[in-house]
Amino acid sequence: MVNETDAKLSDEVPSFFAPRRRQLLFGRRGVVASTVSTVLIIGGLIAIFLLAPGGASVRHFFFNPHDMWQSLVGDHKDSLSSVGAGLLINIRVFLIAEVFILAFGLAIAWTRMSKSPVLMPFRILAIIYSDIFRGIPVLLVFLLIGYGVPGLGISFISFQSQTVYGCVALILTYSAYVAEVFRAGIYSVPHGQLLAARSLGLTNATTMRRVILPQAVRTVVPPLLNDFISLQKDTALLSVLGVVEAVQSGTIYQDLKFNSSGLVVASLLFLAMTIPLTRVTDGLIARDRTRRLAST
Amino acid sequence: MSEVILKLDSVVKRFGDNEVLRGISLDLHRHEVVCLIGASGSGKSTLLRCVNLLETIDAGTITLFGQSLTDVRIDPDKVRRHTGMVFQSFNLFPHLTVLENVLVGPVRALKRKRGDVIDEARQLLERIGLRDRSDDYPDRLSGGQQQRVAIVRSLAMKPALLLLDEVTSALDPSLVGEVLDLLRDLASTGTTMLIATHEMNFARDVAHQVAYLDGGVLVEKGSPSDIFDHPHHESTRLFLERVR
Repeated sequence: MVNETDAKLSDEVPSFFAPRRRQLLFGRRGVVASTVSTVLIIGGLIAIFLLAPGGASVRHFFFNPHDMWQSLVGDHKDSLSSVGAGLLINIRVFLIAEVFILAFGLAIAWTRMSKSPVLMPFRILAIIYSDIFRGIPVLLVFLLIGYGVPGLGISFISFQSQTVYGCVALILTYSAYVAEVFRAGIYSVPHGQLLAARSLGLTNATTMRRVILPQAVRTVVPPLLNDFISLQKDTALLSVLGVVEAVQSGTIYQDLKFNSSGLVVASLLFLAMTIPLTRVTDGLIARDRTRRLAST
Repeated sequence: MSEVILKLDSVVKRFGDNEVLRGISLDLHRHEVVCLIGASGSGKSTLLRCVNLLETIDAGTITLFGQSLTDVRIDPDKVRRHTGMVFQSFNLFPHLTVLENVLVGPVRALKRKRGDVIDEARQLLERIGLRDRSDDYPDRLSGGQQQRVAIVRSLAMKPALLLLDEVTSALDPSLVGEVLDLLRDLASTGTTMLIATHEMNFARDVAHQVAYLDGGVLVEKGSPSDIFDHPHHESTRLFLERVR
């Protein structure tokens, strides 16, 4: 039976040790290696910042503690607006926009996926809508809405504050993105779930509400939170419409005092706002991953 | 035999150029169990799906309780409420407990009061010995247990007939028995069933009629002893030899 061309199994005893150099990364020595590399990289970055030729002036113009404090609290007498108070506008706009975006996003996703002949025109509109608002830069949407809509002269609609127009621009843009997130989440639910629900005689709407959406939510939450993180940041675009929110306040301070520390303050405040949400999102993604790995 | 409740007449189903069902005719009487046998891809599953209107047929007629299902005025949801379907891959709802899975049909499709259905649901779970697992989620159950819950979920709708699509094909061999036992139990209490299966011994035991499908054609149909012991057609004989 033995064929001459058959590969022979080896009789050698193999060695499984890694080469000496790579052994430095194993076990407890790995901790040493990671500490060393962290110190080197972070230290290097700080050194560049401190030792750069213009380092001293950057520290004065961007990180001056006095100016940072002044811009944070503002000053009524000097007509200096406060970056801190400005951020409250960003937060309010974010919270209001978020609610509308969730509702519109779901409605658009639903419309796009429905098969009802009655909804045909809406389906086409929904497709055009998401193509347009995912394709135009957010900044342009702000400018077009903020300066275009008031020009139309329609009662009520054309006589709102710039904050409202900014909010509308955000809602229009982000609803298009969120609709796609919802759609992807709904498609991620196995087809068998739909078949099982429909075979029980559940209507299309009930199947959506009781079977598909509850399962889609799990996959949808992390990307949704990602969109909301970027929504938080994009509230800064209200400044182009002249709304005195955090960034605009920093710019005003810069113009009056010839010092940009206010912009750094605004950045730090935005970070304080986004980092918690970022951490939550990453945590959810990690949890979902472990759950998925555990269930297979 | 009692009345015919389901009548298939020259049913044709195509997926693009691929003709999956090529003029199938079949009757199902009340309290009758008909097993569909045949190789994978012979059209068994598609046939079941067409009856449940999960697929639309391209020619022929399917008549259920004297009403043609191809009539445009038919509400598919109403048809499905009377035709229970059980799938190869169970398809229990993972976000609902075992009890909620059983309740969802009567409560959400039939709009019955939860309080009225809950006792029935518990009794059904009792019948399959899983009453104490009512509050567990499906992923805590074995495949056999999940499939039995799926069968009970269909039964909770009190359907006129059950369509079973290779319900043991996704199970470990050691778990097949418990599911087949449940089906035997259902057959003995007069449940009308149309069963696509690869379990030949089960089909021989339980079926009143066995239909052999090959390439979308119903090659022959008869009593289990006709089909298994004296098949008329060469292709039936060859198929039975291969699966034996």
